[in-house]
Amino acid sequence: MKKMLLLGDEAVGQAAADAGLGGAFGYPGTPSTEIFEYLEKHASEYGYSAIWSGNEKVAFEEALGMSYVGKRAIVTMKHVGLNVAADPFVCSGVIGAHGGLIAAVADDPGMHSSQDEQDSRYYASFAKVPCYEPATQQQAYDMTREAFKLSEDFETPVLMRLVTRIAHSRAVVACQPPDENNGLGIADDPDKWVILPAHARRLYPAALNRYRRLGEYAENCRWNKIQPAANPADKTKGIIVCGTGHNYIMEAFEILGIAVDVLRLGFHPIPPKLLAKFLEGKSEVMLFEDGYPFVEERINGLAGAGPAVRGRLDGFIGETGELDPDRAIDCVARFLNAAKPQTKQVSVTIPARPPKLCPGCPHIDTFTALNDALETRQPARVFSDIGCYTLGALPPLNAINSCVEMGASVGMAKGAAQGGLKYPVAVLGDGTFEHSGLTSLLGAARENTPMTLIILDNGTTAMTGAQDSLANGAKLHSVVAGLGVDPAHLKKISPLPAKRGENAALIGAELDYAGLSVIIAERECIQIIGKRRTA
Amino acid sequence: MKKDIILAGVGGQGTIAVAVMIADAAIEQGLNFRQSEVHGMSQRGGAVETQVRLSDKAIHCDLIATGRADLLISLEPLEALRKMNYLSETGTVVTALAPVKNIPDYPAMDTVLDQLRRAGRTVYTIDAEAVAKDAGSTRAQNVAVLGAAADFIGLKPAAIRKGIEKVFAAKGAAVVEMNLRAFDMGREHAAKLEA
Ligand code: SF4
Repeated sequence: MKKMLLLGDEAVGQAAADAGLGGAFGYPGTPSTEIFEYLEKHASEYGYSAIWSGNEKVAFEEALGMSYVGKRAIVTMKHVGLNVAADPFVCSGVIGAHGGLIAAVADDPGMHSSQDEQDSRYYASFAKVPCYEPATQQQAYDMTREAFKLSEDFETPVLMRLVTRIAHSRAVVACQPPDENNGLGIADDPDKWVILPAHARRLYPAALNRYRRLGEYAENCRWNKIQPAANPADKTKGIIVCGTGHNYIMEAFEILGIAVDVLRLGFHPIPPKLLAKFLEGKSEVMLFEDGYPFVEERINGLAGAGPAVRGRLDGFIGETGELDPDRAIDCVARFLNAAKPQTKQVSVTIPARPPKLCPGCPHIDTFTALNDALETRQPARVFSDIGCYTLGALPPLNAINSCVEMGASVGMAKGAAQGGLKYPVAVLGDGTFEHSGLTSLLGAARENTPMTLIILDNGTTAMTGAQDSLANGAKLHSVVAGLGVDPAHLKKISPLPAKRGENAALIGAELDYAGLSVIIAERECIQIIGKRRTA
Repeated sequence: MKKDIILAGVGGQGTIAVAVMIADAAIEQGLNFRQSEVHGMSQRGGAVETQVRLSDKAIHCDLIATGRADLLISLEPLEALRKMNYLSETGTVVTALAPVKNIPDYPAMDTVLDQLRRAGRTVYTIDAEAVAKDAGSTRAQNVAVLGAAADFIGLKPAAIRKGIEKVFAAKGAAVVEMNLRAFDMGREHAAKLEA
């Protein structure tokens, strides 16, 4: 048995490789990026393909195509990426899968590097797709191995839901010998794969039926079990944990020297019989799950009949934020009326040290030139997007008025122009533009909407660690021209401190033009220059 | 044996690399090991933190509770102060002295040192910048601080040296040698901050 030191993300990647993967697909996003990067690094050794996709929707569809031909596929993204991939994901819940198909999605409770805390488990239940929730790196490995088989046995896509603490924590993982070839060929059932209404009306009940059978699987699978306390502090109280919640509760039990019965859930759909068995004789239960109150909401449905429920909904464990041992200690102590250990705290006020753009970053020079140009042109608003450049919203640049989600800048600027804003500006990176700015720009070009789009072409997807973007330099230029942008108002600048005045003048002239202008600010991210030097 | 260690620093200083060196050493000695880290936006010159847990028993979770860490290794003095409350009252701090002043309101060094003194923990400091320079490159500052902390980690220094060799192996023998030198010199240059 091979033992390896792996991040949770890497454990998923290694398991996929050991499962005889046909292809890895994905779009970068913290904390999921390392799953794909690991798979990319080992692709030729194991003989599968691993190519970053343009966005999460595309990635999912490519993975679905690989599943269609009978090969095992994994698709990786962060939680908000699943919003982008929601259409094919939910449809695949109806159609099902052929070759093993896993969506490995990393949620970010606590929002370490995200705009929300959304919980991907809701997508799984919404799409009637089973979901694994690993608590450890070893489980991340073992569950992924199992998930490929489950996917083929039940002909369903599977969601592997990670959270930041598993994704970005290292531990030693014991690996199993590789799988044999799954023996599947190309799918040949158009009744199943052509989702016409007539077919869908048959497929959807079948999907519901499959989900019921998965519920039975959940009753007996090894990831869901009652863990009775040897010496329960109170037999009428119990704690239900999902995924990493288990880890923190065990730590709290050890520190407080107290314990009660625990129901541990790592695979959904929620098993109703196991749940009923656990709740029998309990007058009060606490839910400890990272993310939204997914299981808690279902149990709360029993209001009046079942035990009292403590969790996120009543604020007992806090409505938001990442779970951690401090919260577990506090909650277990309050839940069981136990004394909390006191620690002497040092109180000092320390200035915050927020992240910022690297010194010498090309974005700084684009924003200073843009700020200069806007000084005499008001009212103006700058709609930006998700990337390193979002930090341009902070002092001293204060160059951004809005940032919502990937690609939003182009559409919002167009909408603002239609709403009469005199100087609407959209600013986004090359990677983000290709992710989901392209289609919005096609609309703006068709209308010749009076707005200015600045594409920050730094040659990479920088924020997530410098993955290749799909088009840069001359190619990006011709893509933009091909969308129908007037060549007279498709400009290029070199964002450099020495060119600040010249760039501000050019941006100003385009702002004054009463039609669509696109300015490509082209200079490489200094981190990839550094990377290339050390490579 | 149980050691809960907080590694603090500023994005780009190499805290994760230090964690991986400790990891390799812990595995070499057959210990259980967990290490959690921060990626993404916070790496861009912001405050970063990596947590390392070593034990000969099962480790329940990837994170350390407040007031329970045994050792705080910081590559920057203000960041040492920021993470102080992770430490138990008997915990030890080992911190580099050179400040990273990429914020406008960085306090005066005397104030920082004074607060470190009054934190009620045993504090060791090291001029990692000078030590690393003497060893051959200021890039080895993180390894010099690791050297200064070596005697508090609870692992054999020889095992940590192996971890260093492994991390730098791909960069060639000269880089490995230089980092081992920084580690050894760091061990000698830790100075107790007298209260
Ligand atoms: S990584 Fe590149 S794009 Fe991001 S802030 Fe640094 S230089 Fe700018």
